Amino acid sequence: MERATVNQTILRAEELLVQRAGRTVLDIPLLEVSRGETLAILGPNGAGKSTLLLTLALLLSPTKGRLWFDGLLIDRRVDWVALRRRMAVVFQEPLLLDLSVYENVTLGLQLRGVPVSERARRAWYWLEQFGIADLARRPARDLSGGEAQRTSLARAFALSPEILFLDEPFAGLDAPTRAEVIEHVAAVIRDAGITTVLVTHERDEALALGNRVGVLIDGRLVQLDRPEIVFSAPTSPEVAAFVGVETVVSGYVVAYQDGVASVRVGPHIVEAVAAVHPGRAVWVCLRPEDVTLWSEDAVGESSARNRLIGHVVHLRPVGSQVRVTVDCGFPVVALITRHSAQALSLNLGQRVMIAFKASAVHLVGR
Amino acid sequence: MDLVIEGARQAMIMLFTGDPELWSVIWLSLQVSGTATLLSLLLGIPIGTVLALTDFPGRRIIVSLVNTAMGLPPVVVGLFVTILLWRSGPLGFLRLLYTPAAMVIAQCILATPIVTGLTLAAMQALNPKLRLQILALGATRIQLLWLLIREARLPLLAAIMAGFGGAISEVGASMMVGGNIQGQTRVLTTAAVMETARGNFAMAIALSLVLLLLMLCVNAVLTMIQQHRRPL
Repeated sequence: MERATVNQTILRAEELLVQRAGRTVLDIPLLEVSRGETLAILGPNGAGKSTLLLTLALLLSPTKGRLWFDGLLIDRRVDWVALRRRMAVVFQEPLLLDLSVYENVTLGLQLRGVPVSERARRAWYWLEQFGIADLARRPARDLSGGEAQRTSLARAFALSPEILFLDEPFAGLDAPTRAEVIEHVAAVIRDAGITTVLVTHERDEALALGNRVGVLIDGRLVQLDRPEIVFSAPTSPEVAAFVGVETVVSGYVVAYQDGVASVRVGPHIVEAVAAVHPGRAVWVCLRPEDVTLWSEDAVGESSARNRLIGHVVHLRPVGSQVRVTVDCGFPVVALITRHSAQALSLNLGQRVMIAFKASAVHLVGR
Repeated sequence: MDLVIEGARQAMIMLFTGDPELWSVIWLSLQVSGTATLLSLLLGIPIGTVLALTDFPGRRIIVSLVNTAMGLPPVVVGLFVTILLWRSGPLGFLRLLYTPAAMVIAQCILATPIVTGLTLAAMQALNPKLRLQILALGATRIQLLWLLIREARLPLLAAIMAGFGGAISEVGASMMVGGNIQGQTRVLTTAAVMETARGNFAMAIALSLVLLLLMLCVNAVLTMIQQHRRPL
């Protein structure tokens, strides 16, 4: 059997292609998961995230492509059940069986023929870890959504998997429970050093858990890098839009000096810290939290290189903040606190100044 | 009304005095229908499970046939089995016609589509992702099937009840392939038909009440199992 050369890579997918009814739902030329890392695959609904996860977890046969697990090429000669027993999967729905919580947590161990005493030891440890030991004897059908998902997580961790697959496991939880469970899972994964592949459409989950973040759009992995790079330097407008860069406008570079590029966008010149030479057509990307809003007459008060005058065209409260769209010849989205919005007495049509630093601007080649 | 009361009185007398003929009819009914139900479970549950979990060319046609066969007329089944087992028929050499075995075959043919159809529905009612989760937990194919059947056990018990009900209550096929021979192939339904034809209504009512009581007892036991919840 063929063996991959890199030992540090626990999972490797090559030329992975999944088609359904003649339509390509997944097309990944190469994906490697290193031992001990947490890879977060971020993408909108229908991007093929779950298909990718099921394929990597050996629960779905790809139309084409090759997959290696721990250096072993996975083909028909390989015992798939034996390989699956080295993995664990947590789905968005807890998918518990009609058993007690304890029996659910020990089920995978029972299927593997693990002795009763060892099953009990591991089950109680993880029940304690996820704070559900007092629910051990309760039928799974009587659990709340949060309790059921904790049981599902405990069941997966009790298997001591070499690789853990998480398919949006926090999506069904209410906000406070979700934050708590994410924090807990992140700590457990970090402490236990479990290789993890998480698929999600939530940016904060990818940031909280991922050592690397891949952005999957229309079945293609369009960017894969460290989280800070994906979120601050998206490689395409699609990635930018998905990772929360809400202002994406086209322009072209008119000058470059001392590491700062001047980009013409509509009637304005926007300065950006980027090594891009004049003549290049670019997308100007800006995160809403990097844009500050000032009253029109406060021109001298901001030290930001970019200061533009425009009028408010859209106001939308988002929790404790307000999303403001300002038309400066092109739309710019800013996210400010409700307090700031009140201090500025923001109204539709009101003229304001927006300001953002040259270092906050990210340029993507067109 | 007097007929019904008299029938009930006679039924009680025959039951509690241990009427040998009645008890042999009850015993044979249970043996024939119990065996037919057991065979239909052995056939119907795997077929229903496979139909629910797999996809192959012609599957829809088979599902349509199963659904149609859930309402097979017993007389048609009786005729078909009679022709098969007739002395000059394809299986005539087995010499099974007018034996309890022939009745088991006929009742099994009637009950199997019911069990298959209800198993298919029970399995399809399970969350499709549960199958993936069980596989992801490291289950072999046999372990997967066992766990899925276990998850669907409540509707599957309904399938058993419906299968047994269909078998023990049919009369046309049993009459045709069994012949209602006293002491050999006479069961509760065929005996009730015979007594009615003779105008012996009290006896027919007695047999019918016993039949109802029998179905009630069997279904009560299965219902208790179905509705049983382990204590917290």
